[in-house]
Amino acid sequence: MNYIEHIGKYFIMLRQVFKKPQRGRVFYEAIVREIDELGLKSLGIIMFISFFIGGVIALQTALNINSPFIPKYLIGFATKRSIILEFAPTFCSIILAGKVGSYITSSIGAMRVTEQIDALEVMGINSLNHLVLPKVIATLFFYPFLLILAIFLGILGGYFAGFVSGMFSSVDYIYGVQLEFDGFLVFYAFVKTIIFAFLIATVPSYHGYYVKGGSIAVGKASTQSVVWTIILIVIANYILTQLLLT
Amino acid sequence: MIEVKNLHKGFGDVKVLKGITTSFHPGETSLIIGQSGSGKTVFLKSLIGLHTPEEGTISFDGRVNTEFTIEEQRQWRQEIGMVFQGSALFDSQTVEENVMFPLKMFTKQSEKEMLERVNVVLKRVNLENSNKKFPAELSGGMQKRVAIARAIVMNPKYLFCDEPNSGLDPNTAIVIDNLIQEITDEYQITTVINTHDMNSVMEIGEKIIFLKDGKKAWEGTNEEIFKTDNEAVVKFVYSSNLFKKVREAYLNEN
Repeated sequence: MNYIEHIGKYFIMLRQVFKKPQRGRVFYEAIVREIDELGLKSLGIIMFISFFIGGVIALQTALNINSPFIPKYLIGFATKRSIILEFAPTFCSIILAGKVGSYITSSIGAMRVTEQIDALEVMGINSLNHLVLPKVIATLFFYPFLLILAIFLGILGGYFAGFVSGMFSSVDYIYGVQLEFDGFLVFYAFVKTIIFAFLIATVPSYHGYYVKGGSIAVGKASTQSVVWTIILIVIANYILTQLLLT
Repeated sequence: MIEVKNLHKGFGDVKVLKGITTSFHPGETSLIIGQSGSGKTVFLKSLIGLHTPEEGTISFDGRVNTEFTIEEQRQWRQEIGMVFQGSALFDSQTVEENVMFPLKMFTKQSEKEMLERVNVVLKRVNLENSNKKFPAELSGGMQKRVAIARAIVMNPKYLFCDEPNSGLDPNTAIVIDNLIQEITDEYQITTVINTHDMNSVMEIGEKIIFLKDGKKAWEGTNEEIFKTDNEAVVKFVYSSNLFKKVREAYLNEN
């Protein structure tokens, strides 16, 4: 199957996904379950990585500022900007594409090969709507919260890195973080996160839903879905940056 | 009653079903038998609407399934119960949740009413103390019974089973066969079963359809299958020495 066919099939899938849910109560329960699976269970890894990457960004910035004419508060400023612009929305989304994407593909793929999706269809349930829409809503709803958390912990990580290493003072760092706050950049980070969240929910679902074969096919689909989700995130990142920041 | 007329189905250049005509009646257990690749699963999946016929019609009590309106389609889906080969239970849900699922989706019953109905059908399939277990905690036979419970929880008019005995020991297989037949009689369901199991053919085959190369090669009852001189059926059904001897004994007696 060529790429054009895949793209076409993906959009046909989306048309089925975005239909009115058949039963509100079941749909609501599914959303709550997906928020837990796709969001809450990703909190730990996002918190851990955000904190340490924030520290690394601050240290790297400090190490590369040798000139006495460049003020130290620039470390806090650069760390904040890097985290808001790229690290929190893009880097975290790539991590989530790996963790959540493989989970989505393998869970839906396993349902396909064990005929659970056929069982839904025989009952007269729109299986795409039933399985994928709660995931889309859960990620769109929850990932902005993860973004806020990642920004906060990343900046906090930078602060602690300075405190522990002694390479820059806390006062300079905090001054840099507070300097020239631009609300539009946060808006830009949110827009990116929402688009990436959509890709993280739908691209792996596509790979899982249309898997053919057995457990090996599910494994392959899982790998492919992570690769394609990351590729699409990177492309979308470029397009959004071009559209929103230039 | 299900009426199949001149059913054709293929995938690309491969023609799987080549003009099958037959009918299935309420309160009757019909078995579809045939070698692997003879088109049994495609036939069953066509009956339940997972495959669309290329030619021919399938009608349910006079209503052709490809001509249903959306509402009729929805109604018809609720009249169907299906037991899949691997049970196809939702493994993230408990036994109770699996059986309750169709009720949650299609009825407006309260939680209490749904639970009562679930307990009735679980009792019917002799699985009363497993409500809170997950499918992975059950044996193959128990999973099949949960699948049957889920299939009958909406009081279906038509019950379809794909290899309900596959992977089960002979004792459990007989239990499942008898259960399906009892349910068919009790609720006057039109039951269609795909099987390889010759014990099932002998025990519950009120009507047997033998498929060969996508065509109906023979049709009859489990009494008639002993007497048939259809070469393909004899070769397939009496391939084991045990069944050959059973057949000889039956023919000598009668």
